[in-house]
Amino acid sequence: MATVTETRPAAPARPAPRPPRKGPLRWVREHIVQIVAFFVFVYMLLPNLLVVVFSFNQPKGKYNYEWEHFSLNAWLHPCAPPGMCSAVKLSLEIGILATILATVLGTLMAFALARYRFAGRAATNLLIFMPMATPEVVMGSSLLTLFVAMSNIISLGATTIFIAHVMFCVSFVVVTVKARIAGLDPRLEQAAMDLYATERQTFMRITLPLVAPGIAAGALLAFSLSFDDFIITNFNSSATSQTFPLFVWGAAQKGTPPQMNVVGTAMFLVSFIIVGIAQLIAWRRRKAKA
Amino acid sequence: MSALGTVGQDVAAPPPPRRRGRKVVPYVLLLPGLLWLVLFFIVPMIFLFSQSLQQGSLDQGYTMTWHWQTYVDAFQLYWPQFLRSFIYALIATALALLIGYPVAYTIAFKSGRWKNFLLVLVIAPFFTSFLLRTLSWQTILSSNGRVYSFFVKTHLLNLLQAGPYPLVTGNQLLNTPLAVITGLTYNFMPFMVLPLFASLDRIDIRLLEAGADLYGRPWTAFRKVTWPLSLPGVVAGTLLTFIPAAGDYINSKLLGNPNTTMIGQVIDGQFLRVTDYPTAAALSFTLMAAILVLVSIYVWRAGTEELV
Repeated sequence: MATVTETRPAAPARPAPRPPRKGPLRWVREHIVQIVAFFVFVYMLLPNLLVVVFSFNQPKGKYNYEWEHFSLNAWLHPCAPPGMCSAVKLSLEIGILATILATVLGTLMAFALARYRFAGRAATNLLIFMPMATPEVVMGSSLLTLFVAMSNIISLGATTIFIAHVMFCVSFVVVTVKARIAGLDPRLEQAAMDLYATERQTFMRITLPLVAPGIAAGALLAFSLSFDDFIITNFNSSATSQTFPLFVWGAAQKGTPPQMNVVGTAMFLVSFIIVGIAQLIAWRRRKAKA
Repeated sequence: MSALGTVGQDVAAPPPPRRRGRKVVPYVLLLPGLLWLVLFFIVPMIFLFSQSLQQGSLDQGYTMTWHWQTYVDAFQLYWPQFLRSFIYALIATALALLIGYPVAYTIAFKSGRWKNFLLVLVIAPFFTSFLLRTLSWQTILSSNGRVYSFFVKTHLLNLLQAGPYPLVTGNQLLNTPLAVITGLTYNFMPFMVLPLFASLDRIDIRLLEAGADLYGRPWTAFRKVTWPLSLPGVVAGTLLTFIPAAGDYINSKLLGNPNTTMIGQVIDGQFLRVTDYPTAAALSFTLMAAILVLVSIYVWRAGTEELV
């Protein structure tokens, strides 16, 4: 082995390797990427932390931007700011309905795209990609011109928000589910067919359960996009259809009650619990397999 | 290899034989979703374009006059906001790439058993409201805060105030271009990190080891091996950051001042406050077209077709 290293032609031409440094400086040099990543994580997570911390604040004036002192007031009276809880309720309703429809439409499309070759496939892919590559302000404003032109049929409100949300959520569901279908091991379905399962049985007992995590992920993504959307919603809402993001936007102009942060913190907790459960299921499955 | 083996890959494969003579099935599956997208994405775009060429008012109705002059007038009036939007979005994208790359790299290669946990941390910002998180920056950058006093003590504030286009105007961090760019970079970071991670994670670790053996210096190995292999992620990440950032106006409204107005804010105001629909539609359509052109050039130059 030693001869191999010696006959390598480039080796002697290279400058001698840097003398190894000792102490903390060397550790920093070796871990510089991780250290940078750590600070970037702080940058990415600091606002989340502040949302949680400021839900326990008792602000002096109308705005909840300066820390005054600890209080459970906002948590004990979450619906105190007028209009906030009804806004949360509307956001939840639209979010759930839009998620259901977008997930159904998106899953059907994902199966068509992943499992069939057909004329117009590239065009379909492009059409699905377009809403993800269009700025929200363009989609929101174009829908507004449509709804205003159709004002004798449909008026701005919860329905138009729902239509818009389904539109921009569908593409994300398609992409998520399609990736899951593409990642399936084809041998599993072949095995089922070899065991004389019908196409329907194979689909219901093998394909669908395997794709289900992708569908669930797509649905969660759709819900979080819908629940959190401001720009498109702002264009397609009316004064009586205030969602939670619209309420926050209004509050930023008039005064920000800490109860908004309670809602933000609750969202954070619920999402973490859902992700935690998903991880737990995945972990148990892996353990069961081993 | 069976026909199922190629499923999901965009190669021109022969149709899978297991579906005999059922050519209509994919169209039936696609129909409802496609209908929705055509009705509420394509049709509105046509309405938007048509609206931009009409004249009239919201109360008295609009008539189609093919009034192209609206585009000229709108652009003459609002080109600074257009330019500013693209510059801010470009800076935010570059910064996100610069600081997002180490994060994606750490998760892909250095995290070991913490990989899933760190990925959850990357998407954790999405778990709570976009607007609330953006408002948090008002607290962080406030003139009573520690960040501000650090910038004052280290004279970084003076440095940022210098130059023909200072990032900081006045003796504050909040309500400045710096705050807007900080917010934009922050808000679209996950869109940068996730595609970067996806393409880094796909790299065969043996290629990196071979690169390290071949080039010796870590930096050269990175430049010659890791970076080229991660390019699909770089292209996807920069697009996913740039496009929403260019159209965003939440950051410029909540963290900026009247001199940081971005084009989305103008479109929003023209539609919802001024109700000058033709001008607003023209601006919106121009933004869409400008982004399409920029993105096409970029994707063409980068030579990646993986996106669609």
